[in-house]
Amino acid sequence: MKKYKFQLLSLFGALMLLTSCGNNNGQNTSSGALNSSAAEKVYVAPGEHDEFYAFMSGGYSGNLTVYGLPSGRMFKEIPVFSQFPTSGYGYSEETKPMLETSHGFVPWDDSHHPDISQTNGELDGRWIFINGNNTPRIARISLSTFETEEIIEVPNSAGNHSSSFVTENTEYVVAGTRFSVPIPQRDMPINEYKGNFKGSLSFISVDPEHGHMDIKFQIIMPGFNYDLSHPGRGKSHGWFFFTTYNTEEANSLQEVNSSQNDKDFIAAINWKKIEAYVNNGGGIKVPANYAHNVYDESTHSATSMMKKEVLTVNPLDVPGAVFFLPTPKSPHGCDVDPSGEYIIGNGKLSADLTVHSFDRMLAAIEAKKFDGEAYGIPILKFEDVLAGTVKSGGLGPLHTEFDGKGNAYTTFFISSEVVKWKLGTWEVIDRKPTYYSVGHIMVPGGNSRKPFGKYAVALNKITKDRYLPVGPEMEHSAQIYDISGEKMELLYDFPTHGEPHYAAGIPASILAPKSKKLYRLDENKHPYAVTSPDQARVERKGNEVHIYMSTIRSHFTPDNIEGVKVGDKVYFHITNHEQDFDVPHGFAMIGQNTSELLIMPGQTKSSLWEPKQVGVWPFYCTDFCSALHQEMQGYVRVSPANSDIELSWSLDGD
Amino acid sequence: MKTIQICKVIPLIVLLITFYSCKNDTKQETISTLTAQEAISESQKGQAFIDDDSSTPNVLQIAIDSPDHTTLVAAVQAASLENALVNAGPLMVFAPTNEAFDALPAGTVEDLLKPENKEKLATLLKHHVTAGNYDKNFLKKFKKLGQADDTNAIVEVKGDDVYVGGAKIIASIKAGNGIVHVVDKVILPTSN
Repeated sequence: MKKYKFQLLSLFGALMLLTSCGNNNGQNTSSGALNSSAAEKVYVAPGEHDEFYAFMSGGYSGNLTVYGLPSGRMFKEIPVFSQFPTSGYGYSEETKPMLETSHGFVPWDDSHHPDISQTNGELDGRWIFINGNNTPRIARISLSTFETEEIIEVPNSAGNHSSSFVTENTEYVVAGTRFSVPIPQRDMPINEYKGNFKGSLSFISVDPEHGHMDIKFQIIMPGFNYDLSHPGRGKSHGWFFFTTYNTEEANSLQEVNSSQNDKDFIAAINWKKIEAYVNNGGGIKVPANYAHNVYDESTHSATSMMKKEVLTVNPLDVPGAVFFLPTPKSPHGCDVDPSGEYIIGNGKLSADLTVHSFDRMLAAIEAKKFDGEAYGIPILKFEDVLAGTVKSGGLGPLHTEFDGKGNAYTTFFISSEVVKWKLGTWEVIDRKPTYYSVGHIMVPGGNSRKPFGKYAVALNKITKDRYLPVGPEMEHSAQIYDISGEKMELLYDFPTHGEPHYAAGIPASILAPKSKKLYRLDENKHPYAVTSPDQARVERKGNEVHIYMSTIRSHFTPDNIEGVKVGDKVYFHITNHEQDFDVPHGFAMIGQNTSELLIMPGQTKSSLWEPKQVGVWPFYCTDFCSALHQEMQGYVRVSPANSDIELSWSLDGD
Repeated sequence: MKTIQICKVIPLIVLLITFYSCKNDTKQETISTLTAQEAISESQKGQAFIDDDSSTPNVLQIAIDSPDHTTLVAAVQAASLENALVNAGPLMVFAPTNEAFDALPAGTVEDLLKPENKEKLATLLKHHVTAGNYDKNFLKKFKKLGQADDTNAIVEVKGDDVYVGGAKIIASIKAGNGIVHVVDKVILPTSN
């Protein structure tokens, strides 16, 4: 007994001391860099997992990167709009159709705003959507395979920027045009822009079961620039809000000519009203030409189809569906708080933030208190819809996210900081510098009904001296802040890939359990799949040679092939017979004018090779699959075009 | 027997380690007081303090390099506004000359430079900054400018001259992140 008492006493003493030490630490929190608790907060021990996934848009990489928070570790780059030699996306025969558009094969885009699917206004983690800004497209990515499953082109759009945000039950993913254009496209003088160019806002329905996208309708709006958007939620569910700039409709040197008006607008769209209108046969079907590309997980193949028609809606034909809310000078971000009451638009050159009230907007509409109209669309009075103004003390406000505890976090590009303020009282609570010139900010679920207000990530535009110098071109910097307390605390700084614009975060507990480990071979419906090695073969159809090949640790079946001739089109259709987690095989052929393939367990991928030179040419596995990986190789004998050598193939000389 | 001894020893070790780590903490504290000066240099972190002589001068560097703007630069430094003037912009700075500051009532500048008036000074200086990049001629199109202190400055055109908040533009220098308009007066915010 005595022994225990002694132990307890000592332990108690130790605890007291520890506590007092901890208090000291607490007092030191303001000393920033010396504070070790910041390190503890971002430290994820080896083998441990992060608390959140963060999906960062890849900007001009055209892709989407997956990070962990709080560690800032990158887990994956998901190819979306860009060819990706790492996996063969956009190079393999199966995935080339994903990048087809009305302009032909477009191997790249500028991805901007990822948004995770929602049910009842909360993240459901089924899919993530992202927009291609340059050649207007919206992509849907599966959050069980973390692969792009579908891309739909958006016609009558240019600079697909106010996209790809989902409504509360993922009824729609919405895509607004940044650049107005002639609709339909035609040959006309640019200086006749005003009144003739139009801006389209596309509502793309999402099939609740499979996620398949279809453009339900396009609202053809005046020729402004539709910059960003967010859905109403809760009581404002059924509405969508878009910031506009260039309501001057200038067509040249917009840097100055689009900053003439004191106020531009937030366009408030009652999409439920327009949906009812089109469901009752409203709207005009017009000819169009846009690609719809769908990847089928069971065939491991994509198909591309051109659609020839789109349903357009003139907003004047649906009275009471579209209104303009005056908002100071060239607003950029358009964010809606978790309750759905506050709509925040920030003049990007101003010092303060404008917060509109949904209730006040409805009351003003009800009372028909209009302050003129623009192209027949009623303009509400600024004072009638204003909920409040945040006197921020910063300069150049861009984007706002929420913590679900009544606070908002707004980024300021020019003054390079994040400002925390209180919804309703508009008082500024805290401000922290960013390094440097922040664009978007992301709180996991921060633009849903239920944010997870623990961390905020600032996505910066300028890096300069944050990391070891690597020449003029460098990755962008991000900073993660702990926002669980009254004051924000800068925890960590990490580089991001491409130019991340927006990002979307979600608790790991929602996604991790359903992440797929492999594709089942017995579910593989690829037309060129071989499900057992004895099906492996080589077939000739004219000058096309199809090689039905399988892989397993560590050999190709077949490995040696003869009878191929110069001028043939040789297709390697490779099925990975592994059924173990994380055992891919790669395939690369010497001199092949395309990328490698990386084939996951149970998957089939095809690669085209057009041999130009006589000889015996090796191929090999690019992934270190086992201790005998170096032995995983084969040869193709290429004979002259007029050769009469018969096709033959072998494994172990059989 | 041995196990019992270990049981006794472990808490002792914990105690010792704790003492030791506390000692480390006090050491850290002395470091952090030592770095009180470093805390100042903490505020001297950011884009403004990057060693870079190859880029086009930004609005801050232009002011620093001008012998006629030593008072303005001292004021910017006193208000810790360096970083606000070096970002990508666009920034338009109305830069009062030393003479303009000298024309203020005696003691005004000294008063503003006092640490307790840092906020006041920052507000005054922000009133000399617009988010934008317009040359003198283009400024004639404006009736007022929205300044970084969240108030407006009136723009007036008299003949060929442009006045902003009552101060006349006497020279203009293009910068990497905007433009510096040299003005002959300190622009005082009016209640608007």
